[in-house]
Amino acid sequence: MKRIVAIIAAAAGFTAYGQLERGNFTGNIESTFQYLNEDSLIGATQPASKGLLNSYMNVYYTHGNFRGGLRFESYLPRIQGYPTEFEGTGLGMRYVGYGNKFIDVTAGNFYEQFGSGLTLRAYEDRALGYDNMLDGLRVKLTPYRGIVLKGVYGLQRLAFRGGISHGSGIVRGGDAEININQLFKGLQEKELNVVVGGSFVSKFQEDNDDLLVVPQNVATYGGRIGLRYKGFTLDGEYAVKGQDPSQDNGYIYNTGFATVINAGYSRKGLGILFSAKSVDNMSYRSDRTKVMQVGLINYLPAMNRTHTYNLVSSLYPYATQPTGEVAFQGEVVYTIPKGTKLGGKYGTTINLNASTAYRPKRTPNPTYSTDSTGILYSTKPFAMSDSLYWLDINASISKKFTRNFNAILSYYHIVLNNNIAAVTKQPGNIASNTIVLELGYKFKNRSSLRTEMQVMFVNRIDSLDNRVKFNTPGSRATDNGDWATLMIEYTINSNWMVSVMDQYNFGNYDKAKRAHHPYITVGYITGATRVMASYGRQRAGMFCVGGVCRFVPASNGLTLTVTHSF
Amino acid sequence: MKKLALALAAFGLFAVSFAQDSGKDKQIPGVQLKDMSGKTINTAELAANGPVIISFWATWCSPCKRELNTIHEVYTDWQEEFGVTLVAVSIDDEKTKNSVPVYVNGRAWEYVVLMDTNSDFRRAMGVNNVPHTFLVNKDGVIVYSHNNYAPGDEELLYQELVNLSKK
Repeated sequence: MKRIVAIIAAAAGFTAYGQLERGNFTGNIESTFQYLNEDSLIGATQPASKGLLNSYMNVYYTHGNFRGGLRFESYLPRIQGYPTEFEGTGLGMRYVGYGNKFIDVTAGNFYEQFGSGLTLRAYEDRALGYDNMLDGLRVKLTPYRGIVLKGVYGLQRLAFRGGISHGSGIVRGGDAEININQLFKGLQEKELNVVVGGSFVSKFQEDNDDLLVVPQNVATYGGRIGLRYKGFTLDGEYAVKGQDPSQDNGYIYNTGFATVINAGYSRKGLGILFSAKSVDNMSYRSDRTKVMQVGLINYLPAMNRTHTYNLVSSLYPYATQPTGEVAFQGEVVYTIPKGTKLGGKYGTTINLNASTAYRPKRTPNPTYSTDSTGILYSTKPFAMSDSLYWLDINASISKKFTRNFNAILSYYHIVLNNNIAAVTKQPGNIASNTIVLELGYKFKNRSSLRTEMQVMFVNRIDSLDNRVKFNTPGSRATDNGDWATLMIEYTINSNWMVSVMDQYNFGNYDKAKRAHHPYITVGYITGATRVMASYGRQRAGMFCVGGVCRFVPASNGLTLTVTHSF
Repeated sequence: MKKLALALAAFGLFAVSFAQDSGKDKQIPGVQLKDMSGKTINTAELAANGPVIISFWATWCSPCKRELNTIHEVYTDWQEEFGVTLVAVSIDDEKTKNSVPVYVNGRAWEYVVLMDTNSDFRRAMGVNNVPHTFLVNKDGVIVYSHNNYAPGDEELLYQELVNLSKK
């Protein structure tokens, strides 16, 4: 009870403090509690502690040129599916900083990104359990209009074990970006806009390998350019990495490279984008023995659309292959103007998107086993093999029919090479076709109803390129086959909402596993505070309900979430 | 179970005490962000020309798009009536940020769009999830904060704009 009084007193103290004219407090709090049941049908287990709690609170303070911030985190223990790098309770971030027009210094923890992140991206996503912040010193200089220089030097947060747990490597780097049009006064009003930049990052990790002599200092560096002319844009970045034998690449001595190119055109009512990417051996970590999202210094953007409807987002998702891939993406958004025959009273929006990724073409080094170079193969940017990793073609049409009624119809065709992305045990390529119809209706009394009807048909593609239904006898399929989802969300007023969802695995080849996944959610929202309670079965993936999206792991049980911003 | 109930009760009080404080006399923190044309903008100066709606969104967030598409229909009226500007802050990261201009122009939005690629402004504003919408008066003080979008919430925002214009 004493503790509770202390918490309340602390909260009251904060409230009082916020009203003083002494700078600015902002921050947020999020707490997720789970009580989970055993459910062998969907493979959900009950944790030994029964209850699970993830919690964090950020407090940021600014006063004139000074700023500071900290975050308390608790994983008691972590919620299901959250990465194992998170455990205990304590301080997970703290920094102080000072900034004026010329210089900005941060000491302690910071997040940072150079260019498109190919050389450095210190990033967090708390819902996902991704936090690779740096801990040290960052200096930003703006010596002249249009010029920004950055320098970083620090250790990396590798895990949270009741406090920040650092990786063994030191990360240091610098970045320069010049906006040509801002730099030269005479160019400020020109239609062509040019931004150039370059970055250099180096990591140091002691050679702790018993068998190999591994480089202790590994550098990446890259250059980039961004061009804009009226509605046209063209951006590109190219980065290379020195020899970096690691767990990721199987301790080979190849150098690495990554390049990303984006070309776009847009005007009112029309947007077009084409992207291309080529990556080989570019995973870059502060600890060469780590895998997954642990200790990543850089970021290699996945080139596909982030889907939101539950079946397409959660069943066969795709992540970039850091060891190498050649990928392309195209996207068009077009709004048929209102007042036309097809546009209707409110306009009709069409969205087309396609993305694909292939294995790079690599020429093996014939003397790898006998020479001492450690170079396994050679390759070039955009040299691609015919081995497909990923294909996604999707289209949606969105239309508002009346003041109160709107509809979105979507179609998705996805082929995933499960040998590479390995989302299930099924070997080979998995093809899925999904249709989603979303309807929304707003009642006169401000309440509203929204429903999503989704159906996904899944095929296995065998070695002869034939499509085999998962429920065909003798197909030896191990995956789950076809799915359907029905979701109904009723917003009672601006404070209360309730939603009911069922995901039904109607096409499972094992009839005993054709399970329903009912899930009910009740939410209360007031201002910047939200309280939500959910109960039922849930698949892993990104989950959107009651107006908010976040990533949620597979479970069966009760989930309580409280979030607040201040 | 008793302990749990007590902890939850304490937690609730904690949240409420913050709720009373929320959005009062809070200035917009200054963070350097880029707009879609690559021009750098200091967020502390957003309200220099009158009241501002700051709406955090992402291309992968359906409710965010519902909110901004709904306001889009009445935005010209709001601009005329209150002199308000809507700043749509995209928290799309490196993976999806290139789709932002495609969507914004494809939908013919007339908002000021800022790119918060590494969530620096999102952190400074204490945003947990998107959508999150703030109303900022001409002095740069946050007067309204709402973490959600349900159809009809735009009418609450309109009411807040009416209240603000009366002051």
